[in-house]
Amino acid sequence: MVRKVFGRPEALTETPTHYCPGCTHGIVHRIVAEVIDELGVRERTVGVVPVGCAVFAYYYFNCDMIEASHGRAPAVATGIKRALPDSVVFSYQGDGDLASIGTAEIVHAAARGENISVIFINNAIYGMTGGQMAPTTLPGQKTTTSPAGRDTSRAGYPIRVCEMLSTLDGASYIARVSCTSPANVARAKRAVREAFEVQLAGGGFSLVEFLSSCPTNWGMTPIEALRWIDKEMSAYYPLGEYKVPKVPEEASQGG
Amino acid sequence: MKGNEAIAEAAIRGGCKFFFGYPITPQNEIPEYMSRRLPEVGGVYLQAESEVAAINMVYGAAAAGARVMTSSSSPGISLKQEGLSYIAACELPCVVVNMMRGGPGLGGIQPSQSDYFQATKGGGHGDYRLIVFGPASVQEAADITAEAFSIADYYRNPVMILGDGALGQMMEPVEFRPVEERELSPKTWAVTGSRGRRPNIITSLELEPALLEKLNLRLAAKYEKIGRELVRFDTYRLEDAHWAIVAYGMMARVARAAVDKARARGIKAGLFRPISLFPFPSTPLAKVAEQVRGFLAVEMSMGQMVEDVKLAVLGRRPVHFYGRAGGIVPTAQEILQALEGLVRDRNKASREGGDAGAEGFRTTGSSN
Repeated sequence: MVRKVFGRPEALTETPTHYCPGCTHGIVHRIVAEVIDELGVRERTVGVVPVGCAVFAYYYFNCDMIEASHGRAPAVATGIKRALPDSVVFSYQGDGDLASIGTAEIVHAAARGENISVIFINNAIYGMTGGQMAPTTLPGQKTTTSPAGRDTSRAGYPIRVCEMLSTLDGASYIARVSCTSPANVARAKRAVREAFEVQLAGGGFSLVEFLSSCPTNWGMTPIEALRWIDKEMSAYYPLGEYKVPKVPEEASQGG
Repeated sequence: MKGNEAIAEAAIRGGCKFFFGYPITPQNEIPEYMSRRLPEVGGVYLQAESEVAAINMVYGAAAAGARVMTSSSSPGISLKQEGLSYIAACELPCVVVNMMRGGPGLGGIQPSQSDYFQATKGGGHGDYRLIVFGPASVQEAADITAEAFSIADYYRNPVMILGDGALGQMMEPVEFRPVEERELSPKTWAVTGSRGRRPNIITSLELEPALLEKLNLRLAAKYEKIGRELVRFDTYRLEDAHWAIVAYGMMARVARAAVDKARARGIKAGLFRPISLFPFPSTPLAKVAEQVRGFLAVEMSMGQMVEDVKLAVLGRRPVHFYGRAGGIVPTAQEILQALEGLVRDRNKASREGGDAGAEGFRTTGSSN
């Protein structure tokens, strides 16, 4: 008897993705899709996709999807969620989208405690437009618009999104993960599942930041890129859970 | 009832369940009214962090199939243009109110009509149009706003109510009439979760030029259909008029008084008032050209709608312009003087050209 032990999640379509070799967008898509499947919410999920590398994500997720303009995904997600409170709404955003042009939208969605889940891809660079400096570009990192390396005296400092958003009362679950090893992928999936479960429980705003690779624009091999995430990016952007839902007082006393 | 409040109440009666906005003078009574009333009817009011966020919330709610509205005033409407381009491209229905104030830039807070170009010619990027109405009274604003949701749903297009600070702030009696709903198809395109069907995708990205052109052609065909079906205008004492004043919105009310003043002075003036600004009533206005000696477009701007008047008349008759800017409302007396100047110039030209068609002023006794 043949038993199927591995297959494509129902929440992903059969469409081949356009992502560069060695980029971890594909892994993140799969994680999100597996979580949607496991929670059994595919038919009430609406995904909001960004401008940037993931602009075609609506071809890859097998659920209702909408394209947002650059940086506005949290506002679009807000409109959908307010109109359809029983839906499961996630936005999928890159670092230029979320930490630069859409800073106001993400901060205020978090501050409102908007009951949505945000998947945030931080690869420290503008990928789709060809490797320009992002708000998340590390100090000294070379990009096409910081050819001598990011000079913080002129270009300022990177934004640590998880740390910033976790100061807001409306934010419920905030975590930073990576996909550089099987163990990290497993942790990442647990974080995404937690983010969606918080939303399903009506717990408010959740965000999972992925430190993601961009071998093409970093000028590295895929393996070098993953090592760079572990060594350089994770040092500036430590992995971990920055905020978890508060345990109700009775439960903590009882425990 | 105050114009802004009447618009808000009419919107609710038109089925509006969601309002996303951001404060800006002189339209603040709309979000304030919505924040009180919408929860009473099971709707949602949400104050956004910016106009940009507000219009994108509108985009999301409209995509989810809701009846949704936002309102703002000139500088705020500029910020909403990005979202409006996306909403128009995705063919989503929504209603947007612009209570115009003087510009450009931060401008002032007094009434103006200087956003006509922005409202009727696109405003955001790309080949798209809003359906635009310019009501001239609180009653008309209420009637059009209530109907706007059905129009937006029917054509799957954003509808703009183009008022000005005076309309928003003035108080007039208003009667809320039952809304005549169009026969509407179910919103099968909406992103509501894909239960029992294939997933829906709402996007305006099309990298293949031929397919993007196809979208533009489809939109153009829709705007043509709108042009055939939605033209609205009103006239006043135009039947035997030699001179037609063209004005919309609050400006048309002052122009109406100017028509009476002109008639009292022996000038056969009439008023043509576009109610739909896109589609512009070009064909009926062209018919007026067969009857009158000339047109005077009057606006609270340096001359914007006058271009559409000229396009409608196509050089068959002279089209003149009188306008004030910065939030100054032209008076009926000013309009009368502008009209008298035109009549005087024409009389002079007629005398020099030996034409007997000149027209006189009763008070000067120089009739012929």
